[in-house]
Amino acid sequence: MKKLNQFRVAVYSLIAVHLVILLGGFIAPYDYAIQNRKYPFVAPTRIHVIDGLGHFHIRPFIYGLRYRSPEYIEEDEQMYPIRFLIRGSAYKLAGFLPARIHLFGVDEPARIFLLGTDEYGRDQLSRLLPGGQISLLAGLIAAALSIGIGLLFGIVAGYYGRLSDEIVMRLAEVFMVLPWLYLLLAVKGFLPLNVGPAKSFLLVISVIGLVGWARPARLIRGIVLTAKERNYVIAARGFGASDIYILRRHILPQTMAVVLTQATLLVTTYSLSEMTLSFLGLGVSEPVPSWGNMLASLQQYHVLTSYWWMFAPAFPAILVFWGYYTVANTLQEPTP
Amino acid sequence: MGSYVLNRALHGVLLAFAVSVFTFALLELAPGTYFDDLKANPNISPETITLLKARYGLEQSLPLRYERWLKSAVRGDFGLSLAYNTPVAPLLLPRAKNTVVLTGLATLLAWMIAIPLGIWSSVGRSSWRGHMVETATSGLLVIPEMILALACLWIAVRTHALPVGGMTSTRFAEFNWWAKIKDLTSHLVVPVAVLAIGMLPVLMRHVRSSMAEVLSSQFIHAARAHGIPSRWVLMLYALPVAANPLISLLGFSLAGLLSASMLVEVVMGWPGIGPLLLEAILARDVYVVISAVMLSSVLVIFANLVADLLLYAADPRIRGGVS
Repeated sequence: MKKLNQFRVAVYSLIAVHLVILLGGFIAPYDYAIQNRKYPFVAPTRIHVIDGLGHFHIRPFIYGLRYRSPEYIEEDEQMYPIRFLIRGSAYKLAGFLPARIHLFGVDEPARIFLLGTDEYGRDQLSRLLPGGQISLLAGLIAAALSIGIGLLFGIVAGYYGRLSDEIVMRLAEVFMVLPWLYLLLAVKGFLPLNVGPAKSFLLVISVIGLVGWARPARLIRGIVLTAKERNYVIAARGFGASDIYILRRHILPQTMAVVLTQATLLVTTYSLSEMTLSFLGLGVSEPVPSWGNMLASLQQYHVLTSYWWMFAPAFPAILVFWGYYTVANTLQEPTP
Repeated sequence: MGSYVLNRALHGVLLAFAVSVFTFALLELAPGTYFDDLKANPNISPETITLLKARYGLEQSLPLRYERWLKSAVRGDFGLSLAYNTPVAPLLLPRAKNTVVLTGLATLLAWMIAIPLGIWSSVGRSSWRGHMVETATSGLLVIPEMILALACLWIAVRTHALPVGGMTSTRFAEFNWWAKIKDLTSHLVVPVAVLAIGMLPVLMRHVRSSMAEVLSSQFIHAARAHGIPSRWVLMLYALPVAANPLISLLGFSLAGLLSASMLVEVVMGWPGIGPLLLEAILARDVYVVISAVMLSSVLVIFANLVADLLLYAADPRIRGGVS
């Protein structure tokens, strides 16, 4: 019962996070690439409801910022009320609908940075959401890719056996002893580096997906091996059923449980792979954000110690990973 | 015994050979080369590049280059580094030693925590202990190594309790031996802790599930019914049986550990294989990359071999069965 509740919470929070990230362009106030050179490493903007004279305002407002070494101070002579459904920079809603309306924002020349800014004065929230799109999409597509390859190889090896089994399993063994990050970096490093963002994203995904097929393939092979010995499969073959029919009707459905749990686990693993590549500077190229390259600036000690808001991508990442792990755990355990 | 060891060792060698062919072909066939940047440089004439390529033998066919590299590897050079213009081995081996020290200590620490804690929580699986450990392990499981490393680094930098970055202090050479050990240890704490904490949840789960499985079997009930004290039952009857899957895990977990170690090394500035590999990849120094990938997989293969041998020693079924 407790497990089931946890499962429910996990599923709902996964749906919520994915929805927020999908609608990222609408929720984020700015474009991810817009730099504000005047405002590097600004702390999250304070939202006020009470002004300097002690008057209460129903509409929350912010103040402009001025840099006086060593920190930013608020200029409290001018208030900038937060406006909702405001026109701003152009973006594509959910990746294809062109739009200009943003959920919230403030009038020029003030800027609102709910999660602070990075070293180029780019709004962290406006980078976090598209960055999530990149990291999660990478995980989902790469997982689909490697499950697809794993399914193909696993079924061929398990069902047809003999030589194909031998070849596929030996190859899988090679992939299993290669530390995945080394392999990933090496392969990515020797592909062209100076390509457009879309192409580099596709390269990252395909490299991640292609490197990780071995584990799902082995698991699926194991299931196919036991499945093809079942009496009803032998009976079906006795009635003259074709291989394709047996695979589609009797064997594929049996692999679905493992495919599903593997897929949920692989999404997190591969999102993390994308983050790691980008963290090390070999993933998607700037200025395109990913949770990994947003965290990368923390490798500098002064950023690490002084600007805590640079940790922002860690929280949605951990939430998403928790969600997927909980779902995978619940799928693995037989429910009463 | 002899034939089993020979069999496993031969398998390991063949696997290493296959890995080397695979890595070599993959990286040599990839379009980017070290000379791409040189070609873009207007100060370097195309003739110089052709000359350089000829010098490193990069214009030969793929099998020939592989043969050259393999011969060089057998000699103990592992090919030439294009960027450093030296054999790869003197670059790689000291780094590999540091990585082995780091991952070895992390493995030791993680197992030393995971085994007692796993046993302790498997005994009272349904009680508060089990739940507490379960919550803690699943909490740790969802924190990626990258974030864990940054968080530990943050703590270390903020508290100034431990040195961060590198493996030794700058004045290391002047220290006497005791100060050297102290210095090295204090530099080891943070990276080892990150790696060990990262490994813990997975190990704990395996220890607990394999102990729990054994504890519910018939012979344990029989032992208990005979009035054997519960501590003896746990340590002398259950643990040896539960150890088998854990021994194979010991071998397999190294592949994941090396990947985690690479990240930690880069973040913490630990002079292991990781930073060298990253640098070599960015410079497309192909033989350094191939050799580093190769060396790491040989480490994994070796760990698997050791695990196989341990399993052979621990499990009479394997001794009897497989030739």
